[in-house]
This record gives sequence, C-alpha cells and structure tokens, in this order.
Amino acid sequence: MSWIEDIISPKTRKWEEFYRNRWQYDKVVRSTHGVNCTGGCSWAIHVKDGIVVWELQQLDYPQFNKEVPPYEPRGCQRGISYSWYLYSPIRVKYPIVRGALIDLFREEKEKAGGDPVQAWANLQASPNNRKRYQNARGKGGFRRVHWDEITELIAASNIYTIQKYGPDRLIGFSPIPAMSMLSYASGARYLQLMGGVNLSFYDWYCDLPNAFPEIWGEQTDVCESADWYKSKFIVSMGANLGMTRTPDIHFFSEARHNGTKTVVMSPDFSMVAKHADQWIPVHQGSDGAFWMAVTHVILKEFHVDRQVPYFMDYVKRFTDCPFLIKLNKEGDKYLPGRMVRANEVSQFKDAENGDWKFLNFDSKSGGLVSPMGTSGYRWQDEKGKWNLNFKDGESGNEYDPELTLIDSKEDVLQVEFTEYGLDQKVMRGVPVKYITTNDGEKIPVTTIYDVTMAQYGVGRGLEGAYPTSYDDKDQAYTPAWQEIFTGIGRKEVIQLAREWASTAESTEGACMVIVGAAINHWFHNNLMYRSAIMAQMLTGCNGKNGGGMNHYVGQEKLAPMDSWSTIMSSKDWGTAPRLQQGPIWHYINSSQWRYDGNQKYYNSSPDNKLANLHSADWCVKAVRNGWMPYYPQYNKSNFDIIKDAEAAGCSTDDEKREYIVNQLKSGDLKHSVVQPDEEINFPRVWFIWRGNAIGTSAKGHEYFLDHYLGTHTNKIADEVAGDIVEDIEFKKEGARGKMDLVIDINFRMDTSALYSDIVLPTASWYEKADINSTDMHSFIHPLSEAIPPVWEAKTDWQIFQGLAKKVQEMAPKYLPNVMKDVVNQPLSHDSKDEISQPELKDWYKGECEAIPGKTMHKIVFKERDYTKIYDKFISLGKGVAENGLGAHGNHYMCEDVYEEMLAHRQHIQKWDDGTEYPSLKDDTEAINAILKLSTLTNGTLADRCYKNMSEKIGVKEIAELGEPYLEVNIEYRDLQAQPKRYNSSPLWSGLMHEGRTYAAYTYNVDMFVPWRTLTGRQHFYLDHDAYIAFGEHLSTYKPSPTPEAYGDLRKTVNDGKAKMLNCLTPHGKWHIHSTYGDTLRMLTLSRGNEPCWMSEKDAEELGIKDNDHVEVYNDHGVYVARACVSARIPKGVCIVYHAVERTYNIPKSQIRRGKNGEPRRGGMNNSFTRVHLKPNLMCGGYGQFTYHFNYWGPVGVNRDTHVLVRKMDKVEY
Amino acid sequence: MDIRAQVSMVFHLDKCIGCHTCSVACKNVWTDRRGAEYMWWNNVETKPGTGYPTKWEDQDIYKGGWEKKGDKLVLKGAGKLKGLKNIFHNPNMPVLEDYYHPWCYKYSDLFTAPEGNDQPIGRAVSLITGEPIDIKSGPNWDDDLGGSPDYARNDVNFKDLTGSEQEAMFQLEKMTLHYLPRICNHCLNPACVASCPSGALYKRGEDGVVLINQERCRAWRMCVTACPYKKSYYNWHTGKSEKCILCYPRLESGQAPACMHSCVGRIRYLGVMLYDASKIHEVANASDNDLLQSQLDIYVDPTNPKVIEAARKNGIHDSTIKAAQDSPVYKFVKKWGIALPLHPEFRTLPNLFYVPPMLPAMAQVDENSNYQTASTDLFPKVDQNRVPVKYLASLFSNGDTQVITEVYQKLLSVKYHRRNETVGDLSKDEVAELMANAKVDKDTANAIFRLTSLATFEERFVIPPAHREESIEMLEATADAKGETGFGFKEKPARGV
Repeated sequence: MSWIEDIISPKTRKWEEFYRNRWQYDKVVRSTHGVNCTGGCSWAIHVKDGIVVWELQQLDYPQFNKEVPPYEPRGCQRGISYSWYLYSPIRVKYPIVRGALIDLFREEKEKAGGDPVQAWANLQASPNNRKRYQNARGKGGFRRVHWDEITELIAASNIYTIQKYGPDRLIGFSPIPAMSMLSYASGARYLQLMGGVNLSFYDWYCDLPNAFPEIWGEQTDVCESADWYKSKFIVSMGANLGMTRTPDIHFFSEARHNGTKTVVMSPDFSMVAKHADQWIPVHQGSDGAFWMAVTHVILKEFHVDRQVPYFMDYVKRFTDCPFLIKLNKEGDKYLPGRMVRANEVSQFKDAENGDWKFLNFDSKSGGLVSPMGTSGYRWQDEKGKWNLNFKDGESGNEYDPELTLIDSKEDVLQVEFTEYGLDQKVMRGVPVKYITTNDGEKIPVTTIYDVTMAQYGVGRGLEGAYPTSYDDKDQAYTPAWQEIFTGIGRKEVIQLAREWASTAESTEGACMVIVGAAINHWFHNNLMYRSAIMAQMLTGCNGKNGGGMNHYVGQEKLAPMDSWSTIMSSKDWGTAPRLQQGPIWHYINSSQWRYDGNQKYYNSSPDNKLANLHSADWCVKAVRNGWMPYYPQYNKSNFDIIKDAEAAGCSTDDEKREYIVNQLKSGDLKHSVVQPDEEINFPRVWFIWRGNAIGTSAKGHEYFLDHYLGTHTNKIADEVAGDIVEDIEFKKEGARGKMDLVIDINFRMDTSALYSDIVLPTASWYEKADINSTDMHSFIHPLSEAIPPVWEAKTDWQIFQGLAKKVQEMAPKYLPNVMKDVVNQPLSHDSKDEISQPELKDWYKGECEAIPGKTMHKIVFKERDYTKIYDKFISLGKGVAENGLGAHGNHYMCEDVYEEMLAHRQHIQKWDDGTEYPSLKDDTEAINAILKLSTLTNGTLADRCYKNMSEKIGVKEIAELGEPYLEVNIEYRDLQAQPKRYNSSPLWSGLMHEGRTYAAYTYNVDMFVPWRTLTGRQHFYLDHDAYIAFGEHLSTYKPSPTPEAYGDLRKTVNDGKAKMLNCLTPHGKWHIHSTYGDTLRMLTLSRGNEPCWMSEKDAEELGIKDNDHVEVYNDHGVYVARACVSARIPKGVCIVYHAVERTYNIPKSQIRRGKNGEPRRGGMNNSFTRVHLKPNLMCGGYGQFTYHFNYWGPVGVNRDTHVLVRKMDKVEY
Repeated sequence: MDIRAQVSMVFHLDKCIGCHTCSVACKNVWTDRRGAEYMWWNNVETKPGTGYPTKWEDQDIYKGGWEKKGDKLVLKGAGKLKGLKNIFHNPNMPVLEDYYHPWCYKYSDLFTAPEGNDQPIGRAVSLITGEPIDIKSGPNWDDDLGGSPDYARNDVNFKDLTGSEQEAMFQLEKMTLHYLPRICNHCLNPACVASCPSGALYKRGEDGVVLINQERCRAWRMCVTACPYKKSYYNWHTGKSEKCILCYPRLESGQAPACMHSCVGRIRYLGVMLYDASKIHEVANASDNDLLQSQLDIYVDPTNPKVIEAARKNGIHDSTIKAAQDSPVYKFVKKWGIALPLHPEFRTLPNLFYVPPMLPAMAQVDENSNYQTASTDLFPKVDQNRVPVKYLASLFSNGDTQVITEVYQKLLSVKYHRRNETVGDLSKDEVAELMANAKVDKDTANAIFRLTSLATFEERFVIPPAHREESIEMLEATADAKGETGFGFKEKPARGV
C-alpha cells in the first residue's frame, strides 16, 4: 500500500503529518471502569505527556472456546467517554467542606482549646448550630480545605459518636464491590474494625432477584454472555440488551445468525427489539401472566398429552416436584399446606434434623423415602449424603421418585386455589394418598408436581373447576386468560410455548430467558420471575449451557468472593461484621414507613393476620426474630449495656447474653428499630464512597433530604402510618435531620457530593490499582494507575487508611481502653442457622422461648481496641490462617499460603510487639493478598476446596475437578499483562473446564450437587408459613398494585392540566446509573438532559410538543425535564431513564414551591419514588429463606410508581 | 484496465446496536478541540429519522453529489464555477443550526456557588459564545425515534411510501427502527474533491482515502456543499475544512480505524477492493436503472491473473493484492452480494457498504386489541419483515426493491440452514428450497454465517501493509527518517493561508 506517485506529488503530502502527530502517545496502560455496569471491559489507556489523551478497547482476550465468538472488543459509548471526566470542571480536585460547618467547627475548636472531639461534641450539643449547617446542605457554599484538618474533623466525629452512642451509629454506603473490589473493601474494612455498619446495595437497588434465593437458594448465578451463543431459543424479557449489555449483545445477534430464535418482551419498541425475530409488547408489568399461560401450555402438551422423557427425568431429579405436601382441611375444603417432614412419620421419626428432611414416595415399593440431599442431610454430622442420587438417606436404599399420584391415587380431594388476577377462588381435584403420622392421624398428601398441575389448571381428567380449553378466559392460567392482562393474543402464547418446549426437547435445555431490571423492579418481581423459571424447570433448561434464567441487574458477581469477603469485613481479625440490609434500614430510618399505608391494600394476598400487618411491623418482627439485621441495635450504647451487665454481676458471655435477653423481654432495653424517631436511635455519621447514596441511589430521595439531612425537600405526602402500626412506635412528631455528618468520597460533583458536608477527592479508574469482575464474562480485570491520582486525590484504600491512622493517633486520649462490644447478628445463610425455625413463632409475643441463635438473633461479643485500628487495617490478621476461608457453604484451610506470604519478606508488617503479618498497606499488596487466597485465582486452593466438597457431598468425581488448575497462581501483574480467565471453583455453580462457557448450576446438574435449598432441589413450592399466608407458596400471578392504594397520589391534585401516567425508570442509554450521564459526550449525543419520554397520543392530549419543558410529579416530589415525544412509547406510560443527576440544567419547579411560594429546584427520578417492602421476603431461619448480606431480604421496588405529567409554561433557573 | 486499490468497509446493520461507541472513539481522537466540537466524522442515525445534519439526504435542499445532465455528469450544487459565484452566499450550505449549536455546562458553579436559598446548578452554555443556551438540537437528536412526530415522520426515504404505509411504521404492529452508522465513504468519484477550488482535496493513490490538505485549504467550503453525505465540515476556529481521514495514521501502522476498532457490536469490516479506475466516469454516468449494478461491477476479482498483472503495473504492492484476496468486504459485496452502498443515486461511487437489518416479524392487532405476530414460522419470512422493502430500497438500491428482497432471502436462508445444522428441527425440504431460491449453497451459507458471527478481529479487518519505508523513500532516505522522526516543533494550523 505504498505511495502511488501518479496522482499527487509526494511533497505536497508532507502535511499529512498533521494528523499523524495527533496519533502519538507515550504509553498504553490496561485499566477498566469501576462502575456498576456489568461490562467489565478491558481498556487501553493512552497517555501522552503525562496526560491521559484517550482510551480504546483492549483486544487481547484469550479465545478460550473457538466455537463461540470472541469477547473482543468490549466497551461502550459510556466507557469510552471516561477520559473526559479526568480533567473536566466537574472533577473534585481537593477536599472541600461546607463553609457553614467548618466555620462552626473551627470556632468550637478554638473555644475547646484545640480539642477536636470536644469541639465536635459542643457543636452537636447546640440544636441551632446543628440546624444551621444542616439547612445549608445542598445549597452551595463549599470551601477548599486541607486533608489534615478534614481528616481530624472526621476522626473527631467518629470518636465522639463511639463515646456517646457506640460504633453502630457509624454508617457506610458503597455499592457493588465487584466493580472495584479493593476500593469497596477500604471503607468496609475501616468501618468493621471500628464496629460500624455497612449498608447493602444489591437489594436496595432492587437488583437482587428474590426468586433466585427462593428457588435455588442462590443470590444470583447466571451464565456469561458467551453462553448466550449456545442457546437456541432466547427470550429477552425486560432487558434492553443494546442499552445495558452493550458489550455483550453481539452474542445475541450472532446467535441469531446461527439459527437461534430470539424473542423480545418489552412494552416499548426498545433497542433490543430490533434484534428480535419476534417482539411481544406485553403491557408493562404483565410478563408474569404471559409466562403463567406459557407454562399452562407446556404442562398440557409436553407433560400430560405427551410426556417428554427428558423433561420427566429432569423434574424428578432436579426439582422438588416429587416431594410431598400435606393438604389441610379447612371447613369443607382443602388447602395446600407444608411439606411432609421425616419426623412426622414413624418410619423416620428419629432421623437427625427430622424437621428438615422431606419425603417422596418410591414408585417401586409405594413406600415413603427420605431422599438424600435435603437440608437435614446438609447439616447433619454424617457427611456424604448431601447429593442428588436417588437414595434414601436413612436406609441407603435406591428408589425411584414418584412424580405424580395420578395413577396410584387413593382419593381425589377438592382443593381451593386462589387466582389473584380476576380475584377468584376455585375448587379443583387433586390426586392424593394417605399417610399415617406419628400421632396416628391419617392425612392426605400429594406431590408438588400434582398440586402444580392443579394450580395451573391442567385437569388430567380430574373433577373440579378446570379450564375447558385454551380459549377459556375465565379460568387461570389459560392463553385466553392472559390476554386480559397482557394485551397479547392467545396464539402468541401457544406458539411461544411450543417453540420453546420443542427446542428444549431437541437440545436438552438450550432455551434461556435473559432478564433485566425492568422485571425485578416491580412490587411482585419474585412472582414474575418464578412464573418464567417454572417454564424453564419444566423443560429442563436450568443448569444447562445455553439455558436458564439469566438475570443481569448490577455487577453482583465478585468472583474471588471467598478471600475478598474476609479482608473486606476484617474477619481476619475476628470481627463479627455488622452488615445491614439496606431496604429495611432506609424504609425505617428515612421515615418512609411513616408515609406508607398498609401493604395489604396494595399487595394482593389472602385475608389473615400475618398478611394484614403493616410493613414496618414486619420489619420489627424480622429484626426481633433474627431474620434481618438492624443497626443501630439498641436504645442504649452497646458499651453501656455491657457495663450495666457487668454492674449487675454478669461476668461470662453467657451471663451477659442472658442479661440482654431478659432486658429485651422486660422492655427495659429496646431494639432501635422499634423507636426510629428517638434521638438515641439515629444513625449519626454517614460515609458514602463509590456510590450516589443521596442521589440516584436514594429511593425516596426527597425523604432523605428531610429526614436524614434536615434540608429543603419537595415532598408533600402525609404521614399515614400512625393509625395502622402496632409494634413500631409512631411518634407524632417525626425526626428530621438525623445525620450529624455526611462524608462523600468522590471523583465528581454528583448529587450526593452536592448534598454532603464533606467531599474528599478520590483517585478514579485510570489512577489506581484495583480489580474488577462481572457475571458477563469469566475474566478478572485490573484497574491500573496510568497516571498518578490527579491534584490532591488519593485512592480509597489510602483515604480510609489515613482516617484509621488518625483515629489510632487520637485513641490513646479518647478511647484508650479495650472495650467490649455486643453485636447482634441475624440467623445466617449457608450455616446451620438455616434449620433453626421450622415454624413461625414470635418470642416477644410469648409464642416461644427467646433463645439467641434459635428463635431470635444471635448475640455475640467483640473486643474493640481503637489504639490498634490502623495497624490492623494494614496487616492481614492470623484469623485467615487459623480459621480458613470460604463462601457459599465452602470451606478450605490456607495456613500454608499465609505462611508463604510471610516468607516473602518484602511484603510484611512488623508491629511494635514484634509480631509479623502479611502487609495490606499498598493497594497492590492488598490486591495480591486477595488473589493469592482465592480458589478462583490459586489453583491449589481450588483443588483443596473441591476435595472438601467431594467428601461433604458424597460424589467422588468432584474431587478431581480442581486438578487441572494446580499450576494456577494469578497475580495482579499477570492481570495487567493480559485478561486471565479464572478457575472453576465450588464457590460458583458453573463448570468451566476445557473452555466450557460458564452457565449457572451446571455443577449441580452434572455432578448431582444439591442446590442450597430445603429439599436440595430447585423449588416449585415454597412452604414457609408466611408464603402460605401471603398466597405465594405456589407460583402465581398477582397484578400490579393500583395507583390509588399504592399512595403516590393521595395529596397531589390534578387540576385538569395534567395526566396520570405509570412512570417507568429503566436503565438508560447515555449513562451507567448516574455516571457518565453528566459528561459532555453523553449529553451531546442525547438531548442535553434526561428527558421524559412519552407517547405521541399522551403528548397530544396534554398539548405537549417534543422538547417542551414538563413537570413530572406526585406526593413524593417533582422532576423537571423536557419531553421526548415518541411513537416508540405506549400510551399510559412515561419513561424517565433511571439515575438522573439534579446537578445540571434542571430548572425550578413551578408547581412545587418553597415555604414562601418561591419556585424550587426540581429534583430527579428518585424525587417521585418511595420504597415499599414486601413482607414475606423478610422471613428467616428457614432453609433458603435465611439472611445473608445482599442475598436475601425485601428489595427497593420502584416501578409501580404513578406520576402526573404537565406542560410547563415558565422556565426559570 | 486501470486497476487501483481502495480500502473499503462493510457495516452489518443487523448487528448494529446504535450505541455510538464508534462516534466517541472518533471524537476523542480527532475532533475534541475548538472549532471541531460540532463535527462527528463518525455518527450514528436512527432510521426512520432525519439524521445529522438534519435531512442531509434531501439533495433538493443541500444539492450535494452529482447529477446526470443529458450525457454529462455534473456536480448538483457547488461546482468550482458554480461555487465561486456563491462564495459570499451559498444557499445550499448547511448552517450551524442544521448540525447543532455545541454546548457545555457551567459545572464549576457547583463548586463555587456561595451558600444560597436553593440548590445551585451547572447551566448549559454555548461553546461558541459562552452564554446560556436553550438546547434545541444535537448531533443525535432523534435517537431511538425521539421526537418522532417532527423527525422520523419527515424521513426523506418515505418518498416512495404511501401515507398509510408511512403511518403503519409508527403503529405497534409494524413499528420499526434500526441504526445507520456513517463515516466518509471515500468515494471513487468524490464530489468533494471535484468541487474544491484550491485543489486541497485529493484521493490517495495507495488506499483511496480522501483527504483535505490542511495547508492548502482556503475555506471555500465547496466540499461541504458538494458532499451528499455531509461528511466534510468547516472548522470555524482554524478556518479549514476537515473530514474523516479513515484514521490513516492507524491504517499505516496496521491498525483498524478507531471507529471500527471500537465497534462493540462487531458490525464493521474493512478490507481492500481492487477496481478499474478507467470505468469511473462511465459507471457514475450510468442510467438510473443500471446505476447500482454498474457500481458493484467496477470492483474486480483480485484473484484474476489479468487483474493482478494490471495491478502490479500500476504499482500496487503484492501485499496489497494479497490483502484484496482476503478482503472480507469483497466477500460481502461481490461474492455473496449481501452488502449495498448507501444512496448510490448520489453517483459518487461510495465505498462503504451496508448489510440491511432483519427486524422482528410484523404483527396484527385483533378486534379485541390483542397483539398477534403475523408469522407462525420460527423465523419471519421475507415479506413479514417490519421495514418496508421500499424504504430500504430508497436507502440502498436507488429504489430497486428486488435487490433488497434477494439480500433478505440470502440472510434468511443462512439462518434456516444454521438452525438445521445446530438443532435440526425444521423441514429439510423447506430449508433446501429456501436456499435454492436464494441461490445460497451450504458452503456459502456456512461462510456467511462464520464471517457474520464468529469472525475474529483479524478476520474482520484485513489491513494491507503500508510499506511506509517505500513512501518515505520518495522524500528522503528511510534510514535518515528513523533517526529524525519526532524532532521538530508542533505548530497549530494557521488560519487562512
């Protein structure tokens, strides 16, 4: 391609160096973006003259499987815009503080003779001064300040809070550790060493799919995107792959060219709809009804009319279908009840953990069997019986599970089923057999498979109100019935069901659903998910490459979880961590519960006492019973409780524990959750880093401004809970401005920074070392320091170290003694706690004894030595060597690795007392510690862990799974050189040997490893008392709450110029949550703001033209935006893409004004949301319904929101 | 035969996500500076829509490209002479508002605002005047059918559709959208080059890249008018016009252009095409009916010994001939015939080809307002596609709907074939018939599938070696250049002269 002279003379082309000069750089460094996008893309950061000039994607992903398209290039329009931030005017360059606060503090410090802690105490003691700086929050007046002075102020506030209230009033919020693990760990390690609290995020963000723990006992486990390519039938439901899975969608379109059928379910013609063979515009929120009908067809045609052998074998072995439930007689009808327990029948009455072993009929003998693999076998002393072999765990005999009693039935009973869509009850015949219990009672039982058939209305010739045909629209869940809710014709359902099931039959399970936030953000998310997963399980699609339920909502997969979680929570120093369930915490603390009516009015559920309680009372129940954590813990400092216990003569831990229980029983000591408006129970100091806690992560943002910050707010809602609640105390005058201090650690001036007291400049993604993983692929990527932290920024790891150092320096004066802290801990997932509460009983109502760790939360003790906080932070404690590591129910010892780390003399910390520890001081040292100790990156440990699991499970082949990885030992430097795929490990449920694409539960299916559920199988049926009370024991359809009952528009009056619309807040095209949305690049490519998308018809009705200013408002607040009128949007819906910053170009509201009638700045998308909690998701101590951080608990739903939209005539800034 | 080498591109629209990563990649490297803010050498448009600059396709407004006047081919708008008459007033030249008024925000107010009664904010300000601005348009304003009443409904390509056919495209049952990424077409018959009074524009002999000499440009802006794709832009700060350079500094070092490198949808392909330059005038002047086919015919078979001989005679390097033989573009355009040029009727002989998008099957809405997909087949058939063939024909085939239908038949037959290869649940006879009708055999189907789905970076971008040592040698000893490269002072281009 050299020059050809005839066209133009070479000399005249010398100018071409003009553009060649631009294409010059000094070095290229590999990094990625620590943002919650799930992308996990490897980037080449180009540096010229010490300045980052641009980024382009790295292309060197190893192609581990030639049968699938390569991963290159990964990266989207947002990621490639990152370099704009580095030197932009929105960059935080120096520590800054609100002027009103620093003036008051300096004044007080001078008065206190230079004592910063006294100064902070005096400042807090003055209500006027406190109000003065609280009211200034969010209203400008920042000042630059030196690191030393501000670190001292923060340390003083921490010390004062510990002295006065105890450490569980120090709160931290940082989301999504996987996006930059070490940066997350920095604040968490600091807070947990201090005794503080970390708030969860995955559930708060509403990204946690509750159906996963419900069905699989798994937080979330999904396939990597390369596995999409293995699928032959993909339904994308409520996921906008082009928009949110930008680097992955090519696998979807490439699969399509390989003969994969692609279907998109989405009410609007979305970016991904363009890639579909079939677009199904279900009405928003009705996907569950669609899938119920699909499953009806699958059951009828592939399980009854014809029994596909693959499907039959699959549901028998891998689901709870053959397990037996009782049918309870109530009046003249029967109701589906709880699963039959081993200890209920004489044959197994002495079985260990007999409450937790569940029964099948053996089809050969007709007798009862107790299959291996149920949770009773998981937690019993004898190992090797927790597997999915068809063996009776008690006798060891082989059996063949009886799936249905249709042929062997002794009777047919009429059982009542409720259908919530049309709100009707029907009686349907169910085949039963009778068994005799220990009490000699003869009770009818049936299989879960049979009760499922009846629930779905598949009659099999049995009597009762079964639908007559697919066209019977009065009976659930026929194709005709679903038309009422979805607007989709019945033939569409039938066609999809047939294509799905026959593809699954031909491919043995290569059909998948890809699902995104759009579904999980509905109030009834768990039911919608379950209805789709039912179709999958019935066709054998889970645990198969190319199959399954693949939920991508948040970058939740922190691959080396085993080692990281220990360092993050400082368990290497024996810490009992305080890890708080976020939704409950915010619901209570930001006082949103006070504005919430009774959930029974918007949650379709049966009429009974449990289902009729207010969600706040459910929170109290959940905390008291040990289902959910709650910090602050008590209406007294934990240190004072111990002192009082000691004064009362308690010396041992057991005595102190008993003392506390008695105090609680007598009411002398109260859980903080009971009295959230009492000053003693306020959270006090709030650290925010890597997140936007006050802004786009604040569902009920305007409530945050009022109740947390004590500044201006645009909400007008009434506090209506007073007359409804029973257990929580409703104070007439609610608390406002609870937080003493809000510290935001940030690289940009986002909404949270704008409303915080202090903003500390942090190193961002091209300025620090860190690591990043995602569920979209199986690599771990490094973040790297392409340039040193700019201006005065520091890495998070160094910022929190600096703070720990300051506290340690001050501690000898203020907190000199080792103090005993009491830590409440909920019953925890993947521990024996899972088998502690076979029945729902409340100790505080006298229904059972109060026994910590059994009928109530655990109470543990932990010594705090604040003079060693920094030393511990930078040293890896010996707990790692002594106790070993593990997660998700795995465990391995690693003392040899710990010793090896000590042997590397250049990375150790030597303490004053002569002891030595592996060093965590430098960012890269801490990263290498994580990599060294994880089964994902250290093959020796993977091998060890598989061998442990082989023994525990009782499947020999598992012991060999780690052997191919023995040589693997990945370090940070290796990751910087080229993307590295991590190992298979029992930590995760997929097998990745020989380049196999990662898919969830392939380990379970291939190796007969039980799921971590009650039965060890995938659950169709959820027999917890609360699930039965709420009518969610069987997969069902519940319609979205009505706007009237939900309470968004109680007070907001429509004067006729506005229209009520269901406001959806899906993830947007021009931001990753709120990040990038404020960059000039993305704002230029969009419309300079985050508009309110609306249909042509609604806009016309309201006289709104494209780009007109509109107000979007309800009782909770107002967002002011411009209209984007589009044919793509269905009538009755408006879309404000989620995570708007209120920092740029948002005018003042004309309808929502300040006290003196002045127009006030419009808010953002969370200004019109308020959180609602679904009570049955709070259950605990019962199999998979047991708490773990970010794993189980109610989620912050926000999609059922309704708003008024009106045109805005006057625009003011 | 006058054989030349041309670096050409294929964009596979079925895979395009509309993400604009390409646009930002380009902007970061090339147009992130004063005077170039509004330039998007690479942009992505939503179709239906009016694009950037708005309604660029409407040559009744902008008079870009060539037109046939009798037997003669003339520039439609700004010819050298015609243009000179209009140097102080060119009615066909897009003005800033046709692109958009570039803006930024006063983010610094968030840090510096004194304490007040309400929350401070960073207001939008003009990047040209610095004054507050009311944002009314942008380079991607009608993205994803945004503002469809004003934009999508005024798409120029609706001209052959009836009113009801147009309206259908905005109803649930037939609604559609797809994306159209655009860069400079580096045309074989570039109107911009022809229009320049200063001779600042030229087409490089070795690779066909069209450039504006930044020393020679005198800001006549005739190229802005002449380019029917509106891919030449005036830099108001330097006073020079600029355009997509196909990242020649990257090509010269064996790298794909930044927009292609960054294409995360993996839709882009780049490779060399050999063409017969002696036919340019004849082809560009072809009758309306023959126009498309004759444009495609100008590219010649790089394995034909006569072509190779002629290429060598013209100084084309063996390595370039080899690259042409491996070119993915040649396969899509010539071998398989599934990629077509954008608006061939502009007669500039563009070198960027598009594989048209397949969209979901159309649907019907029944008397009870229930939605029902029209197709009962696993994959929608050609006549069930949501984008009207007439619409696509307006974009890619000068109105010839048959060409579009044939492309769809091929794409569909690949899909059916692969379904049977991987699942085997379709009627073999039916698939065989589909393939026969589409004139696609199994090997071809597999090859199309492979390059569409599994292609690696190296398969998508076959970049001929630049042999810069030979080029440099024309000016100085390459060995001297080795030691001298990089020395000198960096100077910004001077305005005017």
